[in-house]
Amino acid sequence: MSVISYGLVRARLEPSGSMLARNWVAMRRAWVLVVSGGVESLLFLFAFGFGVGSMVGDITLPDGTVISYTSYVAPAILANAAMMGTLLETSINVFAKFKWMKVYDGILNTPMRPGDVALGEVWWALIRGGIYVGMFVIAMGAFGLLDSWWSLLAVPASVFIALAFSGIGLTLATFFREWTDFDWMMAVVFAMFLFGGTFTPVEAYPGFAQPIVYVMPLYHGIELVRGLSLGDFSPMMVVNVLYLVALAVAGTWFAQRRLAKALYK
Amino acid sequence: MPLENEILVRARDLRKRYGDHEAVRGVDFEIQRGEAFGFLGANGAGKSTTMRMIGCVSEPSGGHLEVFDRDPHTDGPAIRARLGVVPQDNTLDTMLTVFENLTVYAGYFGIKRKEARAKAAELLEFVQLTARSGDQVNDLSGGMQRRLAIARSLINAPDLVILDEPTTGLDPQARHLVWERLFQLKQQGVSILLTTHYMDEAEQLCDRLVVMDEGRIIAQGSPRELIDTYVTKEVVELRFGGKHTTALAEIARGLDGIGGQIEPLPDRILVYTDDADDTAAALEAREIRPTSMLDRRATLEDVFLRLTGRALVEDEA
Repeated sequence: MSVISYGLVRARLEPSGSMLARNWVAMRRAWVLVVSGGVESLLFLFAFGFGVGSMVGDITLPDGTVISYTSYVAPAILANAAMMGTLLETSINVFAKFKWMKVYDGILNTPMRPGDVALGEVWWALIRGGIYVGMFVIAMGAFGLLDSWWSLLAVPASVFIALAFSGIGLTLATFFREWTDFDWMMAVVFAMFLFGGTFTPVEAYPGFAQPIVYVMPLYHGIELVRGLSLGDFSPMMVVNVLYLVALAVAGTWFAQRRLAKALYK
Repeated sequence: MPLENEILVRARDLRKRYGDHEAVRGVDFEIQRGEAFGFLGANGAGKSTTMRMIGCVSEPSGGHLEVFDRDPHTDGPAIRARLGVVPQDNTLDTMLTVFENLTVYAGYFGIKRKEARAKAAELLEFVQLTARSGDQVNDLSGGMQRRLAIARSLINAPDLVILDEPTTGLDPQARHLVWERLFQLKQQGVSILLTTHYMDEAEQLCDRLVVMDEGRIIAQGSPRELIDTYVTKEVVELRFGGKHTTALAEIARGLDGIGGQIEPLPDRILVYTDDADDTAAALEAREIRPTSMLDRRATLEDVFLRLTGRALVEDEA
């Protein structure tokens, strides 16, 4: 790495860093709000993992391995936590800053560009998602659901989920007009949570439904996190990662285009 | 040392179109370093749109624009780095405190934290908000919010400060406080560009101004030049008891030939004249006896009414 290219990277990232700094300062007084989002996922883990898990016991995966239902569901709920953390941060909070508080209007009068704003929001969403994931993984460890050191790879895997959903959330934020639009988003999110392979392998669904599941971003996140935390590697994981990264890049790029169009009027 | 007559903004045939509506229809102007330049005009005249184009947050649809000798299309961030902007609606960050509004904003310009804090404290002092430093923005009055927005616009020591209707919506006391600050900035040699629909504001603050109407510049010059060019030295204001609008228009028709231009307003008639005594005598000769007659010097407001007078008539219709 030459000095010049280091300088270039820094010059590229510094503006988005100041957007991140703004969110940090703004949320400093509201950490309880941020952390409470993580608690929700823990409740899910208790309800489904231990509640339902104690009744189901062990299950046999399509490839023949036998594991406890709780260890099967936990990674999926982890993936869900990463999704919710970033999706809510980027969609609802960005929407509020964009349409209600007009925060970006002020920011674009500075050297900052819409792309810097979008990227800064992605960094912030990653941090928020990272907090949820961290809380969750600690809980998984405490309940003995982490079978090997490999399962710690679930953490970086969740970063890809967080990336993908921050891109999606940003784009949605630019399309939403009013709060009721979020009900639609939540409905879709809930459907993904229920049918994206959280509770059952995709193979359990009827044939016509399976392609729909394959399109769901959450499905790819769940596959990735589950595979890693169970130490069950497959080449499909590369596809999962690529799909998530593609969504992240496309979402962020599209969102900054939409922001520019709305604010550079 | 700034160059003599250094031109900060240069616009030629500048245009902005929104769909079928052309908000700015080919305007030409130059803004020099060190001057306070005003855009005067009614709402919807195209002032704010022009400000946004200069501020590089709106792409011109036609014509030529240069800010600091650069092209806003390609050098937006570099130009904005040298501008200070006070938008009409402040756009303060309501999730931050007064002090944080300044330090965080400094971050967007890449100003280091320590320097930002020092600068923020200094600017809060300047706009007399030091005591409110830790308050939430929403707890401030309208005048204080505007002053905070002005402080924020100065955080990067801009070469040009753009203020879009800096005192609209403020009570008289708050307006004077804002004017005082702007006047002080002017004395420090900061170049100021402002829009307003208040004539007294333009007259007090602007060295040079343009009058905009329906997307065009219809007059330009110093306040004095505009008054000399477009209106007579004096204005006689006539009131006829409780008579207004149509009744006054009727009377105004009978005033033809007295003084210069006659401008019926809803509550009074303005007669532009070079000699108020002559006008009074002429009225007496026609046996027109107003209930009150006020003789005063012409102001920018008269220029504005003269130039865009018909707008008032249309409003009544």
